[in-house]
Amino acid sequence: MDKLIYQFEFGLFFWQILIFVGLILLLKKFAWKPILDAVNDREQGIKDALLSAENARQEMQNLQADNQRILNEARAERDAMLKEAREMREKMITDSKNEAQAQGQKMIEQAKAAIESEKNAAMAELKTQVSTLSLSIAEKLLKEELSNKESQTKLVEKMLGDVKLN
Amino acid sequence: MVISNKPLRFILAALVACLPLMSFSNTEKDSAHVQTEEAHGAVSEGHHKGHSEPTDVKSKIKAFIDHHVLDSHDFTLTQDNETGKYYGFSLPIIIWDNGLHIFSSSKFDHGNSVAESNGSYYTINHHDGKIYRTDASGTITENEETGHPDNVRPLDFSITKTVVSIFAAALLMFFVFSSLAKSYAKNGGIASGVGRIFEPLVVYIRDEVAIPNIGEKHYRKYMSYLLTIFFFVLFLNIFGLTPLGINATGNLTITFSLAILTFLITNLTANKNYWGHIFWMPGVPKPMRIILAPIELLGVFIKPFSLMIRLYANIFAGHIVLMSIIGLMFIFKSWIGSSLSFGLSFVLSILEILVAFLQAYIFTMLSALYFGSAVEEHHHEGEAHH
Repeated sequence: MDKLIYQFEFGLFFWQILIFVGLILLLKKFAWKPILDAVNDREQGIKDALLSAENARQEMQNLQADNQRILNEARAERDAMLKEAREMREKMITDSKNEAQAQGQKMIEQAKAAIESEKNAAMAELKTQVSTLSLSIAEKLLKEELSNKESQTKLVEKMLGDVKLN
Repeated sequence: MVISNKPLRFILAALVACLPLMSFSNTEKDSAHVQTEEAHGAVSEGHHKGHSEPTDVKSKIKAFIDHHVLDSHDFTLTQDNETGKYYGFSLPIIIWDNGLHIFSSSKFDHGNSVAESNGSYYTINHHDGKIYRTDASGTITENEETGHPDNVRPLDFSITKTVVSIFAAALLMFFVFSSLAKSYAKNGGIASGVGRIFEPLVVYIRDEVAIPNIGEKHYRKYMSYLLTIFFFVLFLNIFGLTPLGINATGNLTITFSLAILTFLITNLTANKNYWGHIFWMPGVPKPMRIILAPIELLGVFIKPFSLMIRLYANIFAGHIVLMSIIGLMFIFKSWIGSSLSFGLSFVLSILEILVAFLQAYIFTMLSALYFGSAVEEHHHEGEAHH
């Protein structure tokens, strides 16, 4: 210990403190502060860049997901529209077919009814015509037959013969 | 610090391989020590005996190592013992001794001559490398009890080798880190240039040392100190491993001044909670608090003291061991012993680089830990509220 104390040199201590404290102050101003600031700035910059890259990636992913979603939605909509259109078309076809059928049926019915009534009318007309005609024929015949005696008798006989056949 | 498995295993294997050599070298060193002690005693008794050649080399090596770990008043890179010529440069001597004395260290001629300045005579003691006031002939009287000279020691503000090296380290740090700071603005927030190597270390100190120990809230105000002290200690540790012969962080005065700064910052920025934990420990019975207070108070001083001793002892011991093993090369003087000693010193140098980083890290880490305890928020009250 005595040896250690004896080694102590005040002059050297003085110079060392002077130089070292001066060095600390000078380096603080001209070296450490700018170096640490630069390193801190750079690290902050790297951190920020990494963060923004991560954000961009996230955003990109979101965007992609959005795109996918929109695409899917559009596709689904298109599908739905196509389906609807198809259904509508089918429905229209069925409807028009049914209507046409019904119309046709109706027309047939009408035609049938018209034919029936026409037929009836024609029949009625025919009957009157036939009756008028047969009356005039009968009148003419009667006028003819009744003009001579023999032919009257012949007629009666013939008619009687017809009645028998009937 | 990541060491892959393979080199570590290699280092371990090399160390194990060198184990017999190490034990051998230790005994050699001890005997060298004893012999020099003997030689020392002989000189002080005044009976100058002729040394045999190997003892002479050993004592020279020991003297060289002893001299190296101390501060020096001139910057000697190498010296030629045959001619007594030194290669290096002189440094200014500044002494306050009843007035300012400024002269060049060349006046001392590496401790061989007495320097005269304004009518006072000074000399450098060979043993501790310190300046003493003497008479014109340079007599130094040693105290029998302490073994230190009785001569007056003037206040020595000389620009010594250590001052030059810390100043060089400070200049280098300022250059490297201010250029790093400027490169951010020039290069759009990305470091460029030579300072770039140190950017990961700066970030490491912030993320692994400051924030975990001090906390996100307070760490900013300590960052300048932590970064400066880490790189200062690291640079000086690495400087110490160069062949320039610098030993700044293995100098007690330097580690003392670093530790006292940590001590001052810790205690001056401490909050109420810190002092509360020292003098009136919450959560323990009252008699225990009275016993704990002096222990905690002692801890306040022991913490920086341990910082000082840890760094000093690690670097000091590293230098001594490394230089001893390098010195062994010249003692063996055989191709097998010297090359083994070379290999060992190479491995140890690598280990010392690890130690240089580790000690800088530990000093910073522990400083951060102490700062963290000084600004720690009160937790007990918070728990009571919940």
